[in-house]
Amino acid sequence: MSQYYHSIRFDETKCQGRMRCLRVCPTQAIRVRHGKARMIEERCIDCGECITVCPNGAIIPLTDPFGELSRFRYTIAVPSPALYAQFGREILPDKILAGLKKLGFDEAIDLAYTCGEVSFAIQEYLRNYNGPRPLISNACPTIVRLIQVKYPELIAHIIPIDTPREIAAREIKKKKAKQLEIPEKEIGTFYLTPCPVKMISIKQPAEKGRSHLDGALSIADVYGPLLSAMEGLEESENSRRGLESICILGIGWAIAGGMSRTLRLRNSLAVAGLAEIVKVFDDIEKGKIRNIDFIEAYSCPHGCVGGSLTVENTYSSYNKIVKLIETLEYEKVKACPDIREVRRRYDQKYYFIEGKLEPRPLAPLDEDISRAIQKKKLKESLYEQLPQIDCGACGSPSCLTFAEDVVQGEANLNDCVFLWPQKITQLAQEIIDLVEKTGFKPKKKTNLKEGKQVNAFTRNRQTS
Amino acid sequence: MAKNRSDERENGLIQQFSITGGDFYHAGHVSTQIKEILKELGIDPNIVRRAAIAAYEAEMNVVMYAQKGLFTLEVTPQKIHFFVEDEGQGIPDIELAMQEGYSTATPEMREMGFGAGMGLPNIKKNSDIFKITSEVGKGTVLDIIIFINQGKNQ
Repeated sequence: MSQYYHSIRFDETKCQGRMRCLRVCPTQAIRVRHGKARMIEERCIDCGECITVCPNGAIIPLTDPFGELSRFRYTIAVPSPALYAQFGREILPDKILAGLKKLGFDEAIDLAYTCGEVSFAIQEYLRNYNGPRPLISNACPTIVRLIQVKYPELIAHIIPIDTPREIAAREIKKKKAKQLEIPEKEIGTFYLTPCPVKMISIKQPAEKGRSHLDGALSIADVYGPLLSAMEGLEESENSRRGLESICILGIGWAIAGGMSRTLRLRNSLAVAGLAEIVKVFDDIEKGKIRNIDFIEAYSCPHGCVGGSLTVENTYSSYNKIVKLIETLEYEKVKACPDIREVRRRYDQKYYFIEGKLEPRPLAPLDEDISRAIQKKKLKESLYEQLPQIDCGACGSPSCLTFAEDVVQGEANLNDCVFLWPQKITQLAQEIIDLVEKTGFKPKKKTNLKEGKQVNAFTRNRQTS
Repeated sequence: MAKNRSDERENGLIQQFSITGGDFYHAGHVSTQIKEILKELGIDPNIVRRAAIAAYEAEMNVVMYAQKGLFTLEVTPQKIHFFVEDEGQGIPDIELAMQEGYSTATPEMREMGFGAGMGLPNIKKNSDIFKITSEVGKGTVLDIIIFINQGKNQ
């Protein structure tokens, strides 16, 4: 029915209308109507902030269940590097990948390697780039959607290099189809995701028709079974070999700042957390951010390790990645792709996104600018009448949004409880007038007629 | 801070924002609000971008060089109009101030990334009509117009 797919569902039976989600939503995409939260689909950017704050567990992230694997003849796990950060320091990626195979995947590929390739590709792109700066990374789908919806003029800043997960899925499918002599559609590639938003980038990619990935399993769902699956596995014979399979450039993708650090980018910023991102994007629009080439932007605090579907404490997992990078630097492990090979592929447009990213800005107050101006004036005058404390009792996240909802006919001014005393006074006056019209005289004269501005509470005290 | 006041006038939206000189903490809030208003009105993103830059530079000009200022935004279906009046030191030589790279910013301001001497030239670059008048010891008046050329609305 809707134009947009979302990886978040509201369970009406569980929702008690407690409004935490209403307040936390960065794009004002939630309203509480008749005691239940509901989403305005075109506003939602799937950041998942609401999932975490709901005290009733009524907001559900939609990822694929394990059963989805049975739809395919051959299945491949494509784990986010954030998965590597979920376990203790001694558990290295090679063991985790082996565990995934034991769990039922026919194959588990190391995405960090492709991340390393893409790091090089980004470096290449930055080298010859002459357009508007700073460029913004597209690894986080929430950031891409935030720009599409709220910062459409920054679309040109999003780097047109595809994400490692898409490139890896595309290539492994091609390779396996050839090797196994089966059609690509019988091969299922599953991303193991630290957050629900990757699910949408698979079901409804922001720029192209179809994703190369077939689904996404939540890291939280995989964690338990994977932990048991790894139990029986031998420790790597020596940890040196485990280390030697890790691409240092790729492992950094799990944390905010990892890419800039491992590429040694001079003029780059790493920004994580939506509130911080919004500040930085506002500054870019004002032209305040100068001399910066590249921004690594993640919606979750600390980057992907802070995703809502991860298990390990964010700080611990962030630390594991940092320590891993330090160890690899110290041991001088160079398990990364050959830069000459990356350059050759880069020249063949191997890394570029397939479609074109289009903005999808929020609808203005009105398509016609004269009418939009009139509506804006009405909105401001309504706002002046409101208490401006953003209590949310009306079901809109703030008084300003409420004023807009009223202007757009989505809400009724009477929904504001703070306007009730005024309304009641008015009604009471009408009743008095009506009584007086009939000629009936009350024994004791009320002073209701005095001073129209006296509010209902003081009047109660006066009459009693 | 910026307390705004809506004004009734035919067709146009008028809002006013006050700016406090030297208040670097709030610097930029006025231009962010203005940008939000322009987006709400459905103005073309490229025009919003130009207006946001011009508004920011005009706001910073008050923050850096004046005691206080009043930023008036007027939007009509044809144009965006910024009228920024401040009480401050004023500019002795406007022609010189309009040159790229010329700045009287203090070392502290430069330390904060301001005062690259791009402010006024940037306003000129991003607006369609730009008038500036100034009186030393009294203040500066910026009059900035950006046209909204949206064929369908005319």
